[in-house]
Amino acid sequence: MDTKCAECDASIVVPEDAIVGEIVSCKECGAEYEVSEVKNGVAVLKHAEGVEEDWGE
Amino acid sequence: MKLGIAFDRLRWEEKALKDEADALGVEASLVDAKGLIFDISKNSGPLIGDAVLQRCISHYRALFLARMLEGQGVNVINPYSVAELCGNKLATTMALSKAGVPTPRTRVALSSEMVEKAAEDLGFPVVLKPFTGSWGRMVHVVRDRPTLQALVELREELPNPIDHMYYVQEYIKRPPRDIRAVVAGDEIVASVYRYAPEGDFRTNVARGGTSKAFDADQSLQEMILKAARVVGGGVLGVDAMESPSGYVVHEVNNTVEFKGAQSAVEWSIPKKVVEYVIGTVRS
Repeated sequence: MDTKCAECDASIVVPEDAIVGEIVSCKECGAEYEVSEVKNGVAVLKHAEGVEEDWGE
Repeated sequence: MKLGIAFDRLRWEEKALKDEADALGVEASLVDAKGLIFDISKNSGPLIGDAVLQRCISHYRALFLARMLEGQGVNVINPYSVAELCGNKLATTMALSKAGVPTPRTRVALSSEMVEKAAEDLGFPVVLKPFTGSWGRMVHVVRDRPTLQALVELREELPNPIDHMYYVQEYIKRPPRDIRAVVAGDEIVASVYRYAPEGDFRTNVARGGTSKAFDADQSLQEMILKAARVVGGGVLGVDAMESPSGYVVHEVNNTVEFKGAQSAVEWSIPKKVVEYVIGTVRS
């Protein structure tokens, strides 16, 4: 399930078993994406939220 | 029983919880909290489970979600009250102290004016922590007054007013490790030492800390379970340290991450968590 990075256009490999919500990152520029949908074996990505001050355990 | 596992950033833990729920024959679903809307004027919203394991990484999202689910009558693990207490270090320290759970001496200064006095009362070095957040973020050992002044100057530049109040804690002279106990109800599911990576005093796995299982002695077990009860119980991560005068509990985590602890034990931590959740529904 390869797709393109919206930041740098590099290929992003999305694992075949990826599920909605999973985070993938671009190996070239480090941009993080969240799988928002898997349709007909194709993953749709959206920008993942960045770390916020209230993130934690 | 229908189990919802609510998340806002899917981590290994949430997937492992889902896998274990599936293996135990529980109807479970992973639910992205970012995609939910609730009608709070009617206390209604999406029915994501009879029980919901609240696993949001954002403290405020976790709080709000728990509150709205409880409004629907859902059994939320952990409840809003627990999330609120654990998500605020000031409240956690006060609750632990009041209950007689040993915890590091802590001062709170409500402005930058009094932070040096607070540190002097405790004696340098001190540890400066944010009120909310974890993974060791913005946690600093402050060895002297000039360093404190520099850090306070930086904090005062931050836009959030909560950063302009100060939680100052005594520095515990501990071995280069601390203790993480994963608790589910009345059971310590795993207890591990967390070792700080080289060059850092913070032991957080998120900072590169590593875990090694150990058997907690009876006094530590009792302290851990008491700390968990004090905040209201549930599925928790209790953090403790070995101080020269004995164990101290310094934090209780509401949305415990256990990937590090899992790497150190042979049994399944998420399985024990799901079994606990099933038990809360049946009881």
